[in-house]
Amino acid sequence: MIGIVRAVGAVGRNTREGIITLGFFFRFLLALLARSGAALRRPRLVFQQIHFIGNYSLVIIAVSGMFVGFVLGLQGYYTLNRYGAEEALGLLVALSLVRELGPVVTALLFAGRAGTSLTAEIGLMRAGEQLAAMEVMAVDPLRRVLVPRLWGGIIAMPLLAAVFSAVGVLGGWAVGVGMIGIDQGAFWSQMQNGVDVWADVANGVLKSVVFGVAVTLISLFEGYRASPTPEGVSRATTRTVVAGSLAVLGLDFLMTAIMFGG
Amino acid sequence: MSRDKVDVWVGIFVLLGAAALIFLALQAGNLGSMRLGKDTYDIKANFENIGGLKMRAPVKSAGVVIGRVVSIDFDDKRFQAVATLQLDSRYRFPDDSSVKILTSGLLGEQYIGIEAGGSEDLFKPGGTAKYTQSAIVLENLISQFLYGKAAEGPPATPAPAAAAPAAPVPAAKP
Repeated sequence: MIGIVRAVGAVGRNTREGIITLGFFFRFLLALLARSGAALRRPRLVFQQIHFIGNYSLVIIAVSGMFVGFVLGLQGYYTLNRYGAEEALGLLVALSLVRELGPVVTALLFAGRAGTSLTAEIGLMRAGEQLAAMEVMAVDPLRRVLVPRLWGGIIAMPLLAAVFSAVGVLGGWAVGVGMIGIDQGAFWSQMQNGVDVWADVANGVLKSVVFGVAVTLISLFEGYRASPTPEGVSRATTRTVVAGSLAVLGLDFLMTAIMFGG
Repeated sequence: MSRDKVDVWVGIFVLLGAAALIFLALQAGNLGSMRLGKDTYDIKANFENIGGLKMRAPVKSAGVVIGRVVSIDFDDKRFQAVATLQLDSRYRFPDDSSVKILTSGLLGEQYIGIEAGGSEDLFKPGGTAKYTQSAIVLENLISQFLYGKAAEGPPATPAPAAAAPAAPVPAAKP
């Protein structure tokens, strides 16, 4: 009997805590956006963050894009071959990458690579009391530390997604035209006829910007409210990856329904 | 890392991303072929049935793309569809040219084909095509065929029997 009461109480408590967390999250977002003018006044900080977040992710994004392009080329060929439509392989690879795989896979890799490093960095700053020390010196830690990281992530994400898609298309070309032997002209011309710059490429870029905001924000948030202990930081990085990935996939469904629903 | 080095690497990163975007837009997308430039003019065409014609469908003459369909509206005074075609200004057509809705391949996308007429006056921008041919609707074709067969009548008794198996076949397919 007591067990059931406790269980129901736990549900209520978790819901309440969940709502409080959500509220804190949105207040955090608004606070960062309100202080974003600081990013413009000190671009050097933003550039450093773009370097840490973007440049260091470039290798994994490019290599992953290449392999995804290879696989799309192979699998696409095997399936299209059954219906005699191999010449549409270029179209298949390009649309899959530009509309969906580019933004989403890049965001998932980003959450895993850059998101966890951001969370760990902020969490360790909090554990080492650096954020508190900044506040004591009347330096706003949000302005100095968090806002540049937020904008670094927002700027880096679409660029990384574009690199992923472009390398993937080239990978699909290498496999389809180079390895399997599809006609090169048909590969590119079907792709150019079928991929629309505004409906497909621009929507993909918009998706990656939204994912960038979501993942970076979640990483910074989890780092900011991590318990200042090693276990706390470790749990926070786990939460970053889980929450970031789920947010990306959920937002992807929403945006796909809106953008491509027709 | 020194500030200048960071700037250089960030610059390279941003340039790489921009190059990837441009590659996607030009090589993988249709940006190169989409813009006909600002030199275009519009003409309208009324159709009884536009079938599967979609926005941004190509307008071709002699098989060459010379324009796009920019809007499809409904005229509720004449109960016809009105398609607005945006054509490249380099190509002017006589104002008795016929505008048809054709299908590329047998079951492919529909597009608009313009066949030049013989008039000496050219289309004015904003003008309306006089001779149009609507899209071919498969169901109407089939019913035409069946009525034609039935109208031929009893001379060959296999004919109604041929029409009867022909009727269930198209009905069974969808």
